[in-house]
Formats: sequence, C-alpha cells, structure tokens
Amino acid sequence: MKKWKEEMTLVDKDISEKKANYLKSMKIFDYIIPILSVVAGLLVGAIFMKIIGADPIEAYKVLWSSSFGSMRGFSEMLVNTIPLIFTGLAVAFGFRIGLFNIGGDGQFLIAYLASAYIGFLFQLPMYFHLPLAVLAGILAGGVWGGFAGYLKATLGVHEVITTIMMNYIALYFVGYMASGPLKAQGGLPATPKIFDSAKLPRLMTGLRLHWGIFLAIGAAILIYYILWKTPLGYEVRATGQNSDAAEFGGINVAKNLMLAMFISGALAGLAGTSQALGLEYRAYQPFGFIGYGFTGIAVALVGKSHPLGVVLGALLFGVLARGAMMMQSMVGVPKEVVQIIQASIIIFVASEYIFKYLVRKWRERKGDVIDAS
Amino acid sequence: MTASNELAVEMKGITKRFPGVLANDNVDLQLKHGEIHALLGENGAGKTTLMNCLYGFLEADEGDIFINGEKVKVTNPNVAIAHGIGMVHQHFMLVPPFTVTENIVLGGEPSKNSMIDYKKARKEVEEISEQYGLQVDPDAKVQDISVGMQQRVEILKALYKGAEILILDEPTAVLTPQEVEELVSIMESLTDEGKSIIFITHKLKEVKAIADRVTVIRSGKWIDTIDTNSATTNELANMMVGREVILELEKEKAQPGEVVLEVEDLYAKNNRDLMALNGASFSVRRGEILGIAGVDGNGQTELTEVLTGLRKKESGTIKFKGREIKKPQTKRLFEEGISHVPEDRQRRGLVMDFSLYENLILGRHDRKPYASKFKMNYKTVKNEARRLIKDFDVRTPNEVVKAKSLSGGNQQKLIIAREFDREPDLLVAAQPTRGIDVGAIEYIHEKLVEQRNNNKAILLLSLELDEILSLSDRIAVIYEGEIVDILDVEDATEEKLGLMMAGAESEEVEGGNDVGR
Repeated sequence: MKKWKEEMTLVDKDISEKKANYLKSMKIFDYIIPILSVVAGLLVGAIFMKIIGADPIEAYKVLWSSSFGSMRGFSEMLVNTIPLIFTGLAVAFGFRIGLFNIGGDGQFLIAYLASAYIGFLFQLPMYFHLPLAVLAGILAGGVWGGFAGYLKATLGVHEVITTIMMNYIALYFVGYMASGPLKAQGGLPATPKIFDSAKLPRLMTGLRLHWGIFLAIGAAILIYYILWKTPLGYEVRATGQNSDAAEFGGINVAKNLMLAMFISGALAGLAGTSQALGLEYRAYQPFGFIGYGFTGIAVALVGKSHPLGVVLGALLFGVLARGAMMMQSMVGVPKEVVQIIQASIIIFVASEYIFKYLVRKWRERKGDVIDAS
Repeated sequence: MTASNELAVEMKGITKRFPGVLANDNVDLQLKHGEIHALLGENGAGKTTLMNCLYGFLEADEGDIFINGEKVKVTNPNVAIAHGIGMVHQHFMLVPPFTVTENIVLGGEPSKNSMIDYKKARKEVEEISEQYGLQVDPDAKVQDISVGMQQRVEILKALYKGAEILILDEPTAVLTPQEVEELVSIMESLTDEGKSIIFITHKLKEVKAIADRVTVIRSGKWIDTIDTNSATTNELANMMVGREVILELEKEKAQPGEVVLEVEDLYAKNNRDLMALNGASFSVRRGEILGIAGVDGNGQTELTEVLTGLRKKESGTIKFKGREIKKPQTKRLFEEGISHVPEDRQRRGLVMDFSLYENLILGRHDRKPYASKFKMNYKTVKNEARRLIKDFDVRTPNEVVKAKSLSGGNQQKLIIAREFDREPDLLVAAQPTRGIDVGAIEYIHEKLVEQRNNNKAILLLSLELDEILSLSDRIAVIYEGEIVDILDVEDATEEKLGLMMAGAESEEVEGGNDVGR
C-alpha cells in the first residue's frame, strides 16, 4: 500500500508538473507577443509607405533619430511619454481588478483644471505649493474616476458607460470654467498662469522635459508595489481574477471596486496635472480630447497591464508620436501612417489569443500538451 | 483476431503519450451492439483521454479503432459523428438562452427558403423525444430547466445527429438520486432501441446497477474487462485503485460537547428571488458531524451561503458560540471561527490563476503573520504554504504553480488545508468530495473525522447519501428549505432518508413501514 501511494504521488506530481510547465512555457508569449507585434506593426507601416512611394528605411531612420538623435528630440519624446505612462497605468490598474476605465480623458481634464486652479489661486512656498497642486489633481481625477466606481459598486452601472459619459461632462465643464468663471484677463480662453511655486521644474534649461517623468516612473513603481507587495494588491488581483472567490475570502468587492477606480482615476489625473504644471502652466479651454486616455488603453494592452510593460509601451508610443511629425516633414510620410502602425500593433497584441491557440494546437499535434482543461 | 461485426466499437492497443506520461498504455476496449459498457477508473486514470481518442478530440499515437468492423481513422469529431458516435460531456455544451429545440438542432437546422424551419425542427424533436422516451419541453429555454433535463437535451442532441453509439462522460456526477434513476431507465430504453452506450464513471455502485460489462483502467493501463455480475463492488474497487480500499469508514462514537451553532427559523431567498430557506432550524455541537441530506436544490446552497455571510438572510436567528450574529459578514465570521469548504471549488474556493501559496492565504491574506497593513509577507506565506502542502499531501511540484495546474482532488485538498489550518470552531463543508478520486475522498473523510475528534463542530452538506451516512453522527434532512427531521445515524437508513428527502416526516416513514410489515 505504501508503495502504491508513492507511485500515485509520482504520477500525480508528474501530471501537474507537466501542466505547470506547459502554463509556464506559454507565459513566455506574454513577453514575446508585444515585441513581435511591434515588429509586425512596423512592417505593416513599411508596406503602406511603399504603396505611397516613400522609402520606409529612410522613414524609420528618421523615426529613430527624431527621438534618439538629439537631446532635444529625446526630451520631446519623453514629454510625449509622461502622460501615456500615467494613463497607461490607469487603464492597467483597472484591468487588474476587472474594470475597463475608458474615462482617462475626462479624469485628465478634471485634474488638469484642478491643478491649474491651485497653481494660480495663491502663492506659497514651492515645497508646499507644488505638492498641494499635484495632490489637487490626484484628488480631482480620483474622485472623477471613483464616482464611476461608486455607481458600479452600488447600482451595478457599467463603468464603460459612466466613464464615457463623464468624459463629456469633464470636457464641457473644464471648457466652461476655463473660458468663463476662471478665465484670465485678455483674449485667450484659459485660466491665469500658475505661480512659479506650483510649476514642475524642468530638467535642463532650453528643454521642455520636466519632473513629471520622475512622478511617472515613481507612479509605475508604486503601482507595482501595490499590486504585488500589499494586501490591497492581493485583493485587487483576486477580485479581478475571480470575484466570487474574492467574496468567499471575505474581500469587500464593492469597496475594492471603488478604491480601484479612485486610484485609476488619480493616475489618469496625474497626466493632466503634469500637463498643467509641467508644460502649459495654465489650463486652456479644451476643444476636444487630446486622446491620452484612449492611447492609455493601447499602452496598457501592449504593456500587458504590467507597470514595467506600461512604461515601455508608453515609450514606444512616445517615440511614434514624436516620429510622426518628423517623418512627415522630412521624408514626406503622412503622419497617418504612424496611426496605422499604432493600430496594427494593437490589433496584433489583441490577437494574442489566436496566436496562443495556434501554438497550442501545434504543440498538441506534437503531443506536447497535457489536456490543459 | 480481426474485428468482428458484432462489435459496435473496438479499440485495439490504444497508446497516447504525453511527454513523461503515458495517458493510455496499450488499452483495449470492446463495445458490443446494444450493451451498456462502463469505463471505470479513478480521476486521471485515462478514461477521458481514451474516449477523446474515440471521439476525435485526440489522435492516438498507436492502436486502431474499428467502428462496426470498419477500421476508421478518427481525426476529428466530425469523423466520429459521421460514423454514428455521439458524446455527452460532463459539462454540458448548451446555449442557455436558446430553447430546447434550438439547442438540439443546432448545427443541423432544417431550413426552408434559407430560413430555419422551426416548425419542422420542433416536430422532429418531439418525434425523437417520444421515440426514446426522453421527455423534454421543446419550447423551454435551457437556462430555465433542471440539470437532469439539460442532460436529456444533450442526449437528444447526439441522437438527432444520428448517433448509434453514445459516450456518456460521468453522466451521474451532476444528478440527484432520482434523476440518476431516470437516466438509468433512459439508458435502458436506448439500448432496447439498439443503441450502444459507453459510460465513463468512477462510481462502483453505478457500474453494478447500470452496466452489462465493465472495462477497468488504472494509471493509463488496461486492467480487465468483465461482466459486472461476476465481480463484487469491493473487487471492482480493488481493480480500480490497485489496492484494498476501505469502503467503510471506521470511527468511534461521537462525544458531543456544547452547542456551537444554533439556527432558528431561518429564511433566505435564492438567486431568482424566490424563498429557498423556509424556516430551517437545527443546531450543531462540538465534536459531532451534522450531515444535511437532501435532493439538490432544496436550500443547501442558500443555507451554506447564509451561514458564511455570502447571502443575506430574510429572517431568523443564527447563534454562534452563544452569541447572536445579527448581520453575518464573511470576514467577521471567518475571524469568529467559521471555516467553509465551498461546494464549487473552482468558482468560489480558488483563484485558479493564482499560485498555490496565494490561494492558501485567501481569507487571511491581510492578517499577521501573512501581512501587515501595507506589506505582504510573502516569505512567511511561502514557508507556510510548503508546510501545508506537505501536511495535507497536496501533490504538486512546488508552491509556485498555479492552482489550475492541479487535479481536482488536489485542488480540494488545497482548500481543505487552508480551511482546516485556521483551527475553526465550526467547519461548513459543502460537497467536500464531489468529483474527486477515491484516494482524495478517503483522505478528506479521514480529515473530517479527525477534526470532529478534535472537538470541532462540523456541518456537512452532501448530495451523496453514502457520504452522509458514513460520516455523520446526526442527520438532518432538508426539503424545500425546511429541516424535515433530525435523526441519529443509528436510526437512519437509506430508505428512510430517501423518503424524508421527498418530504415525508419521520413518523410517517415509520408508520409506512409498519403497514408494510
């Protein structure tokens, strides 16, 4: 009997080991697929350039040098990247608990206005004023996102609906405030300029790159820490993977949904804050969405909802955005081609399932897979 | 030996390899025309792999398959279907919002002017359901019908596609005792009509009751094919497990102490907002196992969920350790000392994509020593996880793999480890052994009795009457959300409980027996 038990243990262990190995070996595609998608996206872009008669190699050289060829280019690329890190993190954090925050643009705008408001309202010592202005943006974005979480948790209203709606409320509200009650003297539809004490300092004179980059990287590290090192992160991930089991484990799912939407909104809000305090030094009346919130979705997808992936994804989209302009002016490749590249990358990443399915089928043929159901 | 025509299916020397594991090792199976053939083996023995080879989900590495004497290469399920093979899966493959008729004709809808001819479809469904005595309501939506009915729809679906040979994968796993009986008579009428049936199972009693012949496989190897009449249940068990199996659980008499849980007049609604608990009252004492027997859907799920804070009660009182719990909240109940082995381990009990160590702290993940306010202490968690995996004999390469890579039995052991380790005063165990192998069942039964002997109170909810009878010290029968009666195990028989499960009071049952005598 002893011997039998040992034998069974071996077989059992062997099978779960095989399954585990299989799952582990499929995990590598989490890293490979985004990279392959980028390459494939660039190829698709090259095809389009060929079709319109441009030289893709020249174009991609320009794309590269526009971001990495000069300090100025590098700085501008990072300026593009900062808001995308924030909105990418916002969407990624939402994904982790199973929420789809499409409201990044609204949260961006509300925080943009709130930070600018604190920035021009009074003059304070910088070590007090700047954190306060940043905090205002965090709170404004957080509340704006958290409200959608509240509606979801209490009334079951889907967050996609509410966040889209609230984008428009934010758009018109900020537009009204910036061109009405909070408008500065003069013709410009914008708030007064913020005081120097509320500005995110620039890294180097003559370049637009500002401290927002440290905020963004700090946020990515913080989100990583929250997700994988804290009880809150445990609860967020458990809820996202299986909310029934989370409930079983005594996790307050409703509370966590609200909190997660608050954090997500605050992250998107930080994008608006860095726009106001780091670049524009005031809040202009918006004439539409800049689209950082939506691009954030793409960034989160390419980054597989992992903070490090989000940073890399944001860099990629930052490079593409910077290169779009230069490619147009220098090699005559319309900037729409870059949008095609971006779109193809997203499609390739999103078709991961198909790719994994094919790999799985192929490995089943080889007899490599234990019925992984 | 060549395949003869009296065999509906002959599988010869089937070998299916997964690297390092022989899922099927030279397995033979012969299905005669018009017979019910059981394929018996433990979970993971290779039964489903063998049937997947026959149905074309997998291709065997070696061996031949003959269908009605003709050698067939079954490369995919369409080939199998074309040769008259139909498979009813353990997990039904139905479209819940579709009607019974729509589900049955799905994939082969009769059409008229390129529109689906529902009238004709409905008529055809009625015809075959009549022919085989499988009553269904063709217009009911699948989501509204019982599990037993859904299974009939699955069988009809296969018959509609012209199946002559039916493979039923663990068909009784989801059924109530009554539904099992209905299924048996359906299977008999099918074989009367000339169909041949292979049914996969690990339940010995069913083999004896239903099958004509049985093929036993163990660890992927063919053990024997025999007439079911020629072996006892015990012998079948030995063949299946490969050693002596203790079918009877040995346990000394309970020494119950003070009352731990007292439930009075409990009312609660189900998911469809109908009253599912109608004034249930009972109590559980330290050092005893109270079994709740009943047909599925009589309020067991709701009772479990109310007692563990996962469902709101409408009225009634719950007293735990002498104090009334006004608003049962999962987290508080956990901390007060209630553990819960949920009936659906994959939906409720585990986060399948979490590692084992993460799963092992679910419910106490925010408490010392596993975490402080802002920091998880994963080092301690992993150490504890290794200890629990060892203590509870969870078979796994390590604690880092995901829960979904474990077998069902080991997943359940993982939950048991987590819930027992908390040293609860009350353990609510719902269907603790559903769908797992004999080894794991024995193990979990032993552990439950051990907990009882350690002076814990245990509330056991099970649809398996055998399990209730062998584990419980007292048995409460639940019917339509009410506790019909509570018996000492010495006074309970399967017959008596069966009648009470249909709503009869125990005095009536006694009376009925008197008349019989």
